Amino acid sequence: MTETLPKANLGRPASNLPPLSLHIPEPRYRPGDTPDFGDIAIPAVDATPRPGEATKPDAMRDLCYGLVRVLDFDGQAKGPWDPKLTPDRLRAMLRYMMLVRAFDDRMFRAQRQGKTSFYMKSTGEEATSVASTMAIDRSDMCFPSYRQQGILIVRDYPLIQMMNQIYSNRGDHLLGRQLPIMYSAPEHGFFSISGNLATQYPQAVGWAMASASKGDSRIATVWCGEGSSAEGDFHSALTFATVYNAPVIFNVVNNQWAISSFSGFAGGERTTFAARAVGYGIAGLRVDGNDPLAVYAATQWAADRARTNNGPTLIEHFTYRAEGHSTSDDPSAYRAADEATAWPFGDPIARLAQHLETLGEWDGERQEALRKELDDLVKTTQKQSEKLGILGHGMHQPFETMFQDVFEEMPWHLKEQSKQMLAEQEAKFGPNWKPE
Amino acid sequence: MNMIEAINSAMDVMLGRDDKMVVMGEDVGFFGGVFRATAGLQKKHGKTRVFDTPINECGIIGVAVGMGAYGLRPVPEIQFADYIYPGLDQLVSEAARLRYRSAGDFICPMTVRTPFGGGIFGGQTHSQSPESIMTHICGVKTVIPSNPYDAKGLLIAAIEDNDPVVFLEPKRIYNGPFSGYYDRPVEPWSKHEASAVPEDYYRIELGKAATVRAGEALTILAYGTMVHVTKTIVEEMGVDAEIIDLRTLLPLDIEAIETSVKKTGRCLIIHEATRTSGFGAELAALVQERCFYHLEAPVERVTGFDTPYPHSLEWAYFPGPVRIATALTNILKD
Ligand SMILES: Cc1ncc(C[n+]2csc(CCOP(=O)(O)OP(=O)(O)O)c2C)c(N)n1
Repeated sequence: MTETLPKANLGRPASNLPPLSLHIPEPRYRPGDTPDFGDIAIPAVDATPRPGEATKPDAMRDLCYGLVRVLDFDGQAKGPWDPKLTPDRLRAMLRYMMLVRAFDDRMFRAQRQGKTSFYMKSTGEEATSVASTMAIDRSDMCFPSYRQQGILIVRDYPLIQMMNQIYSNRGDHLLGRQLPIMYSAPEHGFFSISGNLATQYPQAVGWAMASASKGDSRIATVWCGEGSSAEGDFHSALTFATVYNAPVIFNVVNNQWAISSFSGFAGGERTTFAARAVGYGIAGLRVDGNDPLAVYAATQWAADRARTNNGPTLIEHFTYRAEGHSTSDDPSAYRAADEATAWPFGDPIARLAQHLETLGEWDGERQEALRKELDDLVKTTQKQSEKLGILGHGMHQPFETMFQDVFEEMPWHLKEQSKQMLAEQEAKFGPNWKPE
Repeated sequence: MNMIEAINSAMDVMLGRDDKMVVMGEDVGFFGGVFRATAGLQKKHGKTRVFDTPINECGIIGVAVGMGAYGLRPVPEIQFADYIYPGLDQLVSEAARLRYRSAGDFICPMTVRTPFGGGIFGGQTHSQSPESIMTHICGVKTVIPSNPYDAKGLLIAAIEDNDPVVFLEPKRIYNGPFSGYYDRPVEPWSKHEASAVPEDYYRIELGKAATVRAGEALTILAYGTMVHVTKTIVEEMGVDAEIIDLRTLLPLDIEAIETSVKKTGRCLIIHEATRTSGFGAELAALVQERCFYHLEAPVERVTGFDTPYPHSLEWAYFPGPVRIATALTNILKD
């Protein structure tokens, strides 16, 4: 007798099923629209509890969906997250943020004047690098993406060296090898920047793991944009960090836009970026990134947590990219013109200045004087840097530097190619050519 | 020692000499690796020096870059060379360029060890030979040993090197030199003089080839498993070939190649990797550029075919006795 088996794969006829549809995310506003962010939930300044630094991640998952805030919109510092900084410290913070902005403005203009190929501003996001760097130790290692010039500024890296790098001039310590703004400064705890997004994420974890395995007390911090958080490296890093309980702080700067792609394309429509921590069992905090005191407080919390072996923290800085992505970008082609001003969280510099004023520690006159002082400082430094050359006006590095540092010692094939290149140089420019 | 033991011994010696060295990778800790290359190392040197990782090659190599930047000397294992691809960006864009892009501010002294090559019925994803991809990356050194003695000395040199090194281990010859005849038993390394491996520290400088066999009729350039396959066929045919085991593909020992080819006037290149844009193409171009007026026959290549590694037909894919014999006859015909 033959047995007839039921056909397990016999489903309903496809013709009876409703058609599936593919969702393509779409930002709320495009050029010509009037943006209205009135529906963004803004919890009260004291609404978000501050758990102890040793709290287990699953007991604080709400913090991944809320918003850590300290400064209310009247400039008062309130609530459990208030880091209670002295007026001097607040003024230092303000000064650093204003210096970043002055530097950005001048270097942006330098690019427009054809003095360099490229620049990237951090306008509106100054708090996310300045305040967070101020909240960690000078000896901690930072693994920046490309919009964290604030780290170098806070750590008093010479401005002229930043400019020399931007101009690829003969003072450029990176020998003109890197795209402008891709600094490297080990003695300032600033890791060399890569052009490949998110690659620094696992590297920071590796550094933190090394520090922990050596019984060091230093921790690592790392930054990426919300767009870059979609990269595999981001998820590799979180996996390693949670597995080894690495002393690392992950910063996701959610400035809403990744060039022309809004945050929905990185998964931001369905959840927050801080909530990515939940699946990994690590602590997550969502922070008003335009509130320097909230950024400071969250970072300090995460740093204390890391330093006491309580593990990594992911901080989403909820902010807005007020300017174009870079000098190569025209944001008016893809987003509503007024988004930056409609952004409900204001400008981080203005908010900090207002706070100092409410404390009676600052006023408009001092603000203007400081602005001018910093502008002058940047302008004078720029003149000095330009004496060392600007990009495209002559060649500033000896040609043979091209072949150095590929390896510790130069193998024969690079020596041969170097010789060939020097012969080409002589044929083009004569035997006496020297870098300008 | 067989090759696995020699590789294990190199790591053991170096873990003992340098407390900055760490070994990491999938299954390398408690278990000692799927090929047992790290067996016993965790027990002896501790869990923070030798440990398991998530199955995440991007993480393994990326984390190793950060460890290197901190000042450690990581030796990550990628379980099979085929799985280096998920971590390739961290190797190509990060590890390989860190010294250059930071003008020496940061270095990446890592040695990525990984078993490669076919002949073990590993199918298309456990058999690949990615060496030409590695040598095409500026800033990475590529090393391939062909016997236990070399494996230990070269691995120690790689670990001590301050640049990233990809250390490709021909897994077909882990246990014994392979003749190329899949239907003959493999004689174990213990019958071979290269199995006399000192317990202690010694190093073999990177960038130096070895002459496996001196000869006058032609020069054969090979590395890894193919050194042994080549030697078998040459001996069987009674050809007076000079066989050069390259050992390091980058930096390459160009002097050894040039001297030999100028002497013999003929050159055959043998590798298991696919043919098109393979490392043999680079070697052929170099020989042609440097030895053209000494050549008495066109430079030839014997390679794997330009297909993925086929599971059931692997012995038809493998550049074995027939393919090599045909090439030898051809190159020596007048
Ligand atoms: C691996 C990789 N893919 C693509 C790019 C090109 N790219 C440069 S910046 C950018 C957008 C990044 O957006 P986000 O991470 O949100 O950071 P933001 O610029 O907003 O600060 C892209 C796609 C790149 N640099 N690296």
